[in-house]
Amino acid sequence: MSTDTEILKGRLTELLPSAVFDESGEWLNITLQPTVWHSFALQLRQVESLNFDYLFCLTCIDWKTHLTMVYHLTSTTFRHSIVVKSLLKIDKPVIETVSDIWKTAEFHEREVYELFGVNFIDHPDLRLLILPEGWEGKNPLRKDFEDHVNMVKL
Amino acid sequence: MWSISKITEIIQHWLNQTFNPTWALIFEMVIAGVCVIGLFAVLGLVLVIMERKVSAWIQIRLGPNRVGPKGMFQSLADTVKLLVKEGMTPDGADKFLFNLAPVIAMIVAMLLMAPIAFAKDFRLWDLNIGVLYVSAISSIMVISILMAGWASNNKYSLMGAMRSGAQIVSYELSAGLSIMSIVVLTGSLNLSDIIYSQSDGWWIFKGHFPVMIAFVIFIIAVTAETNRAPFDLAEAESELTAGFHTEYSGMKFALFFLAEYVNVFIVCAIGATLFLGGWMPFHIGHWDSFNHVMDYIPSSIWFFGKTFFLIFLIMWFRWTFPRLRIDQLLNLEWKYLLPISIFNILLVTVMAILKWHF
Amino acid sequence: MFEEIGTTTEGDLIINVGPQHPATHGVLHLVITLNGETIKKVEPHLGYIHRSIEKMCESLTYRQFIYVTSRMDYLSAHINNHACALCVEKGLQIEVPPRALVIRVIMDELTRIASHELWWGAMAMDLGAFTPFFHAFRERESINEIMEETCGARLTMNYNVPGGVMADLHKEFPKRVKAFITLYKSKISEYAELVTGNIIFQNRMKMVGHLSVGDAISYGCSGPTARGSGVSCDIRKLYPYAVYDKVEFDEVLETGCDSFSRYIVRIREMQQSVRIIEQLIDNIPDGEFQAKTKAVLKLPKGEFYTRVETARGELGVFIVSEGGTTPYRIKFRSPGFSNLSALDKMARGSKLGDLVAMMGTLDLVIPDIDR
Repeated sequence: MSTDTEILKGRLTELLPSAVFDESGEWLNITLQPTVWHSFALQLRQVESLNFDYLFCLTCIDWKTHLTMVYHLTSTTFRHSIVVKSLLKIDKPVIETVSDIWKTAEFHEREVYELFGVNFIDHPDLRLLILPEGWEGKNPLRKDFEDHVNMVKL
Repeated sequence: MWSISKITEIIQHWLNQTFNPTWALIFEMVIAGVCVIGLFAVLGLVLVIMERKVSAWIQIRLGPNRVGPKGMFQSLADTVKLLVKEGMTPDGADKFLFNLAPVIAMIVAMLLMAPIAFAKDFRLWDLNIGVLYVSAISSIMVISILMAGWASNNKYSLMGAMRSGAQIVSYELSAGLSIMSIVVLTGSLNLSDIIYSQSDGWWIFKGHFPVMIAFVIFIIAVTAETNRAPFDLAEAESELTAGFHTEYSGMKFALFFLAEYVNVFIVCAIGATLFLGGWMPFHIGHWDSFNHVMDYIPSSIWFFGKTFFLIFLIMWFRWTFPRLRIDQLLNLEWKYLLPISIFNILLVTVMAILKWHF
Repeated sequence: MFEEIGTTTEGDLIINVGPQHPATHGVLHLVITLNGETIKKVEPHLGYIHRSIEKMCESLTYRQFIYVTSRMDYLSAHINNHACALCVEKGLQIEVPPRALVIRVIMDELTRIASHELWWGAMAMDLGAFTPFFHAFRERESINEIMEETCGARLTMNYNVPGGVMADLHKEFPKRVKAFITLYKSKISEYAELVTGNIIFQNRMKMVGHLSVGDAISYGCSGPTARGSGVSCDIRKLYPYAVYDKVEFDEVLETGCDSFSRYIVRIREMQQSVRIIEQLIDNIPDGEFQAKTKAVLKLPKGEFYTRVETARGELGVFIVSEGGTTPYRIKFRSPGFSNLSALDKMARGSKLGDLVAMMGTLDLVIPDIDR
C-alpha cells in the first residue's frame, strides 16, 4: 500500500466517516450507503484536492442476495483512482443518480436500469435504451433471468 | 465532303419531292422525335457506363467488366433490370404528381436538346433566342424535383427537394450571368451566330481572363444546377439516403437517373458551344492553312469531343470532392460567385465596347 | 423560430436516421429533432445488434470468453482480445514471455492502423467523397493479409490466449510488415492531398462538432475523440501495458475541440503506430510465445479491472470472480458507448449535414456500443 493511497484514504474519511474501505484490490475500494451517495459524489467531484472528474466505468453486480453498484472514478489531474461501491436491496433497488455530476452516467445508468432494474432517483431520462420498447419481464443481466428460447444451458 | 448536314438535306429533299409540304413537315417531326428519344436512350447508356468507368479508374478499381466486352453492355443490362422492376407508388403519396414528376424531368431534358448544334448546320431548331430558351427551359427542372419531393410524402424527399429548390434557383443566377458575358461579346442570342463568331478562335482564348472566369463560374454553376457532387445536396446519400427520389423505384427512378445524365450532357454541350466553339474546329486567327487542316476533322467529332471533355471534368469533380453543407453552398453562390459574375460581366461589357478581344 | 435549442415543439421535423441508413455504418438508430436544417436534439436508440456478450461470458470459461470479445469492436478485435487476456493474466499472475508481449503490441498497432484506415475511408464517404474509401482499402488489404497469414483470420483474429499468443509468428512476418510500412509511408502524402488539404473538407470539419475539454471528460470520452479536445487519456502512456513503456511514441493531442482536430489526431496516430512497429519489428525477442498455463483456468476470488487503448478509446474489462472456471460477472466498458453519449451535446445547433461528419469523427462501431 503506497503512501498516496494512505493520503487519499485520509481525505475520504474526512468527507465520509461512515465509509468502509477495502484495499485488497488494485485500487482503493469504498463501500457506502446508497442514501449518502449523491452528496458524497458531489464532494468527490468538487473538492479540489480530489477532483474525481472522470467516471470511466459504471456497472452493477447481482449477488443474488443483493445488488452492488460499482463506480470506477479517476482524476485527470492527479491520476488517482477509486472504486465506489454501494449495496442495494434485491427486491427494490434504488440509488440516487449521478448523471448531473458526470454526464456519462446518464447513458450508463439507463443501461443498468434496464439490465438490472435499478431505479435511479432524479435521473432526467430513465427510459429503455437497449431493450425494445414495451419490454416486459425480468431484467436480462440478473442471475435469475431465464429465456428458454434464446438461452442454451451449457 | 460527307457530313451530317448533307444527309439531312438529302432526306428533306426527298420528303419534299415525295409528299406535299405539310406531310413532309410532319414526317420530319416524327423522324426528329424518334432521333431525340434514341439519342436520349443512347446518351443515358453511354454516360452511365462512362461514369462507372471513370469512377473505377479514379478509385483504382476495374469497374463493370462482366457484361459484354469490357463490361460495355452493363448499363444496357441495368436498363432491362429497371424496366422489369415494379414501379411502386407509396400509399401516402400524391399519386398523380408522384408519377408526373419523372416524366416532367425527362421532357425538360428532351426539350433542351432542340437548339443544340450537334455538327455543322445540324440542329433541330435554329432558334434566334437559343440562349434564352435554354436558360428558361432548364429552370423548369426544379419543378419536377420539388414535385417529386413533395408528392413522395417522405421527410427525406421533402428536405432534398427544398435543398435543391434553394440550390438551383441560386445557381441559375451565376450560370445565367456567365452565359450573358458571351452574349455581350457576340451581340446575339442565337447559338448558331455564337458558334460562327468563334471561327477565328474560341471565346475562351479570344476573351482573355474575363471569359475564363466566366467559364469557371459556368462550370461550377452547372455542376450545382444538375445536382452533381460536390453539390449533390438534394440527394446527399449519407444524409438524406437518396433525397428527392428516395421513394422512386423501377423505371420511374430510371427516368430521374437518365434525366440527370442527359442534363449533364446538355449543360456541357451548352458550355462547349458558348466557350469552346461548339462544332467549330480549333482555329487560330488568320492561320488559314492551319485552320484548313483542322477543318478535315469532322465537326461532329469536335462537338462531341469538347462536350465529353467537359462531362469528364464534371465526373472528375464528383469522384474527388467531398460534399458542401447547405449554408456553405448558398454562401458560395451569394457571397462569392454572384458578385464575381456581376463584376465580370461589367468587365466583359467594357471589353466588348472597346473591342479588346481578339 | 427562436425557441431554445433542445426543446421539442409542435411543428418540429422529427426524422429517424437508421437503423437502416447509409450514414450510420451499422444498425444505429438516431431520432433527430430538426428545425429546418438545424438540429435541436439527437436521441440514440440502441440495441439493434445487442447480443448480451456480458451475459454470454458468464457461462463461458476464461479461455473461451476471449473469442466472443472479437465480435464487440470487430475493427480492433485483436486489442479486445488483448484486454481480456491481460485481465485473466492479472488474476492468475501469469508471467507472459517477452516474445509474446512484443508480438501482441505489433499486432495491436497493425490493428489500429487497419481500423483507422477504414475510419478514414468511411468518414470521407460520409462527407460525400467516395474515392478515399477505396484508397484506404488498398492499404488496409495488405494488413489484412498479414493478419490472415499470422492468425488465419482477417478480422476476428482470436490470436491472444491467456499467457501469450496462440501460435508463433511465421518466418516471413517481419518482411511482410516492413513491406507494408514502406507501402504505407509512400501513400500517406496521398491522403493529405486527397482529403486533408481539400478546402471543402476543411470547411466541413473546422469549427464543427465542438466538444469542450470539460464535456469530453464529463461524458467519459476517450481515445481520439477526447484527445481531439486536448484531454490526455492514452492508456498506452498513462497506464502502460505489454511493452508500451519500452517504445518511444508520442501521445497525439490536438486542442481544436472540433471535428478537424479529431480527424488530425487519428491521422497522426496512424503515423505513431508505424513508429512503434518500426521500433519493434527488428527486435522481436526469441523464446517462448506462450507461458505454460494450466489446462483449466480458475481465477481467484476477487475483482480484476484492466484498461487498454483500442482504436476507438479506452476499453475496460471488469471481471468479478467467485473462484470458479467462469466469470461471475463481466463488464466491458466500451469506448463507443461513452463517445456516443456526447453526440447530442456536440450536434445541437448545427446542421444536419454536420451530424454525419460528427458521427464520422466519433468513429462509431455499433457492435462496440451495443455489445
